Amino acid sequence: MEVRVVVVVVTKASRYLLASLIIVLICPADAAVLPEDRTDVLSHSYKGGGIEISGPSVLVRKGDAKSFSAYANYYVDNISSASIDVQALGASRYQESRVEQSAGFDVLHGKSIMSFGYTNSVENDYVANTYHFGISMDMFGDLTTVSMGYAQGQDQIFRTALVDGVRGRDPGFNETALRRNYSLGLSQVVSKNLLLGLNFESISDEGYLNNPYRQYRYLSGSTARFETEVYPRTRTSNALSLQARYYLPYRAAIHYQERLFNDDWGIVASDSEVGYTHPFGENLILEIRYRLYSQTRANFYSDLHAEKSSQALDFRARDKELSSYDSRTLGLVVSYEFAKGGWWFIDKASLNLAYDYIKFDYKDFRDATASKTDASLVGNEPYYQFSANVLQLFFSVWY
Amino acid sequence: MRLIISSLLLALITSGCTIEPWVQPYERANLADPIMSFSRNPVSASYRNHVFEAREGARGADGSQGGGCGCN
Repeated sequence: MEVRVVVVVVTKASRYLLASLIIVLICPADAAVLPEDRTDVLSHSYKGGGIEISGPSVLVRKGDAKSFSAYANYYVDNISSASIDVQALGASRYQESRVEQSAGFDVLHGKSIMSFGYTNSVENDYVANTYHFGISMDMFGDLTTVSMGYAQGQDQIFRTALVDGVRGRDPGFNETALRRNYSLGLSQVVSKNLLLGLNFESISDEGYLNNPYRQYRYLSGSTARFETEVYPRTRTSNALSLQARYYLPYRAAIHYQERLFNDDWGIVASDSEVGYTHPFGENLILEIRYRLYSQTRANFYSDLHAEKSSQALDFRARDKELSSYDSRTLGLVVSYEFAKGGWWFIDKASLNLAYDYIKFDYKDFRDATASKTDASLVGNEPYYQFSANVLQLFFSVWY
Repeated sequence: MRLIISSLLLALITSGCTIEPWVQPYERANLADPIMSFSRNPVSASYRNHVFEAREGARGADGSQGGGCGCN
């Protein structure tokens, strides 16, 4: 038995976490498994609600087949947007892009895997840097995998404006936000055919958390006026999810996922997903999935506020992502696997097409464009709804 | 409550490492099938989670790692 010694500064709040870690570290050490060596090249497309986003994502992972595995990911969002918020303010469609680059590595030691990662995301008005550390451990005859993670992100928020006739960063606006993620996970083999996963994640944000362009609507006499949103400067959220996958008597699988969420802004949300995966022959795999999402609004959200915010703590939001709404997603994934007997340096390859149709139905966010020509409709516009088509085409190679 | 949690942790420390697995390694062929993976295609799952997170108030516990999405 290999016994490891750890020195940790113990705080009152971390005692139970430490006790759990000790259990993990004193168990016998055999072997866990590193992620597979593979490369994925993906092209994605999102169209819905006046927004079109597309771009590539390339993920490369390679290890030494023993104790080390590294990865790098390059991801781009090319955005063309005339969302309902843009239309309501009478602004014109804008184009921008976001480039996200990630790199990290995993180190295997006995039954434990330690993971380190870094992500950099850059837009013309938003820069985010995130560091991640995680540890996972197989235990109890490899039937249980326990994982813990911590991520910290530092965001810089800018605002574009016309400066001397040229659109660039507004020199008078420069904000920051600090994000901390704490996660705990448990994966459990329940039987020869059933796997369960349990994940908990707590996220705390501090700093400038709203969108510098979005505006809330308030009533001034019988007309609606707009002002820049006023948000709290802190947010803490907790999410708990349960996943289950069951292998059917023939070669197929069903899955179920349930997630519960709340935060100190007053949002309570839940989502459920069911899916069915069915291989046809040796090469074709079909998956169909359905997801239902529902949330309540934030305390300071309103489609039409009664009055203008009077001070910094008099919060106002009209972000539809903070409103009460439901969404339904129906998805289909088709995978065609080939070269499964090996070819040149590759062990296997697959070509995949994934499509999701999402329908959003808002319960207290109205289509403000309807009252732009008829002020008598203010506050009585129809509730907003839209659908989105999400497409992914990707090629994967294992080696 | 503290006593219950402490007792459970103590029980795990003293007996956890020696639990006899009720599913033996040779009985895990079905579980090892790629169709049983929680994330068969990580790059695709990560993108899909990003699509949802950018349009929903909820976040976290979706199996992906945080990455500063700049979603506003």
